[in-house]
Amino acid sequence: MIDTSLSKKKDPDQPEISLPTLKSQRTKMGKSEDSEKKKIKDVEISVPIVYGNAAFWLGKKASEYQSHRWTVYVRGATNEDLSVVVKRAVFQLHSSFNNPTRVVESAPFELSESGWGEFEIAITLFFHNDVCEKPLNLYHHLKLYPEDESGPMSTKKPVVVESYDEVVFTELSESFLARVQNHPAVTFPRLPAGVTLPPSVSTEDESKKKRGDTKDHPLSQWFLNFSEADELLQLAAARQQVQAHIAKLRRQISLTDGQNQQFKPL
Amino acid sequence: MDAKDILGLPKTPLPIPQEKKSRPQKDSQRKPDGISREVYALTGGVAPLMPSIDVSQLKRRPPSDEKITWQWLPFTSSARKDDLQLYHWVRVVNGVPPTGDYSFAKYNKSVDVIRYTDEEYEKYLTDPKWTKEETDQLFDLCERFDLRFIIIADRFPTHRTVEELKDRYYSVSRAILVARAPSPGEVAGHPLVKEPYNVTQETERKRALSMVLSQTKHQERKDAEVLAEAKRIDESRMAARAAEEPDLPVPSDVGPESAEGAVGPGDTISPANVQAPAAAIAPSTSVIADNASTLASLRMLRVYLRTYALEQMVQAASSSAGLRTIKRVEQTLQDLGVNLKPKVPTKAVCAEHLELRKEILTLLNLQKQLQYKEAEGSSFRDGSYGDMPGTAKRSQRAADQDRTFVPDTISFGGDRVVKREQKRKGPGRTSETPSSPAGAHKRPRKMKASDL
Repeated sequence: MIDTSLSKKKDPDQPEISLPTLKSQRTKMGKSEDSEKKKIKDVEISVPIVYGNAAFWLGKKASEYQSHRWTVYVRGATNEDLSVVVKRAVFQLHSSFNNPTRVVESAPFELSESGWGEFEIAITLFFHNDVCEKPLNLYHHLKLYPEDESGPMSTKKPVVVESYDEVVFTELSESFLARVQNHPAVTFPRLPAGVTLPPSVSTEDESKKKRGDTKDHPLSQWFLNFSEADELLQLAAARQQVQAHIAKLRRQISLTDGQNQQFKPL
Repeated sequence: MDAKDILGLPKTPLPIPQEKKSRPQKDSQRKPDGISREVYALTGGVAPLMPSIDVSQLKRRPPSDEKITWQWLPFTSSARKDDLQLYHWVRVVNGVPPTGDYSFAKYNKSVDVIRYTDEEYEKYLTDPKWTKEETDQLFDLCERFDLRFIIIADRFPTHRTVEELKDRYYSVSRAILVARAPSPGEVAGHPLVKEPYNVTQETERKRALSMVLSQTKHQERKDAEVLAEAKRIDESRMAARAAEEPDLPVPSDVGPESAEGAVGPGDTISPANVQAPAAAIAPSTSVIADNASTLASLRMLRVYLRTYALEQMVQAASSSAGLRTIKRVEQTLQDLGVNLKPKVPTKAVCAEHLELRKEILTLLNLQKQLQYKEAEGSSFRDGSYGDMPGTAKRSQRAADQDRTFVPDTISFGGDRVVKREQKRKGPGRTSETPSSPAGAHKRPRKMKASDL
């Protein structure tokens, strides 16, 4: 659900779109100035993202300087549209590329290039004004060659390296919260008592906007699955073991203490 | 060999290496010039690889054209007040005996103890706690014993502490100096005047010293911990304050922590029984303070990555641990089959990860504690005679228990990560199979996924 508060008056990035059907809502929107400035504290919003690259070997068509075709991207962890929070993404490539600073203004936030070398790409995410004024940096090491060096390189199957992370926003504005209330890309927090949000506005016609989610992305078949369940299981088991050992050690210590008491020099 | 010669028997042909070996032996049997055989034997009897002492240099006398004799002559010492004449050996050169005072007389130093007259006493030196008699006695003893206050305190007829005596002596001397000085400016430079003796400070200082000296190892460690925590609290508070904006609320729990922290180091002089609870409280509250300050600084960022947040929290939690401990924590995590950096860092996963790390730190600390106690216990046992046979057996069994326990702690996770060959520096008794001695302890049941 993409709502129209993106196009409210105070947002300089977006042109004003007049929506006669929403006239009744306009009066409420008038208050959006205040809600933009008003920050709710002690609440955080996290946006789970996955960033990384997929690289295809060009096989027969490979030349010395262009052996791989690769795409570096930032996507929502569940392939939802990130443009609800991200305004633009800037990919900083190796200086040997023309115009190494590549700006992507809309979702999907990705960049494709061809080359031969692996290097670190700095990805800077700029967020909408009501989300956060500071940009965030991610660093990804471009991987073209498979781990197993001896294995054959295939033109059909790409080398994919992805990292999961979560972007956490503190200091949230009411307007932002209102905007993303039901958005699937965002993990909405529990609001502290007494905080009410202006109701989110209904969606705009989807066909007007370019699809920003990556659910049907050409590369989506290669996307990795990140499940927290496995990791949680692992951690819980480990903690159990450690706790058992701790209890045991505590018993040992009190036992030894008791023994030492007997032998203490008088 | 000579015998064989005499008998006319052929000499048995010595193989070459043996010949070489016999030669150095022969060398040592021959007495080298310059030093006696026994002395040479003391140094190993073989010539050093790098001759440190040139044997020929030994016992070389300086070519002297003087005629030296030693004579038994009388002498007097200026250090003595009487005219006692003693005798000693004197090195006489060419018939001329040495001149000058007895060479050790110059060491006869003494302290200039200021003596006061009776009227000076009446005028400047009366004190409610000291009678004139006592003060006189004190000064006599000071002169006799060159201001060795420990001895003076011992010899003093009435019971007085060293600090009291010192105080009386120094204040009297100071008063006299000031009184006798033509102008105050002239004596201002004198050490007695410049730095007066401060009784209370001295008593306090000595008490603190004896406190520190009598601290057990346990206390020492606790103290070091408390100081480290206090330092960290201060630093994090500085950082938080530096980054703080006026409209942002300061986390309220940092406040009381700082008070605790400040009390901690300042309290080292206080009696030991107060220290123990203070030390116990301080580490736990400082951990909370750490977390609070990390959270505060994260909040300041407005936007951050979960992995970054986890890194900061991990750093804060392990700030009291040394590098080696951190490495051990990471090793333990690996042994347990846990990723050092979670692959899916959601909020829940990060929280669990952090808790796990803290628990491992606790575990390692407890292990260390146990080792210390064991060491203490064994030193007690070694030192004490007449052990009851029953207790000896029991203590041995406990020691056994512990020895098998230590490898146990590093051998968990063996089941879960089947393929990995784990290299460990533990003793050979890593008990993978449940064959514990005397069934003394139960091995913890390894958690399997199906158990949950």
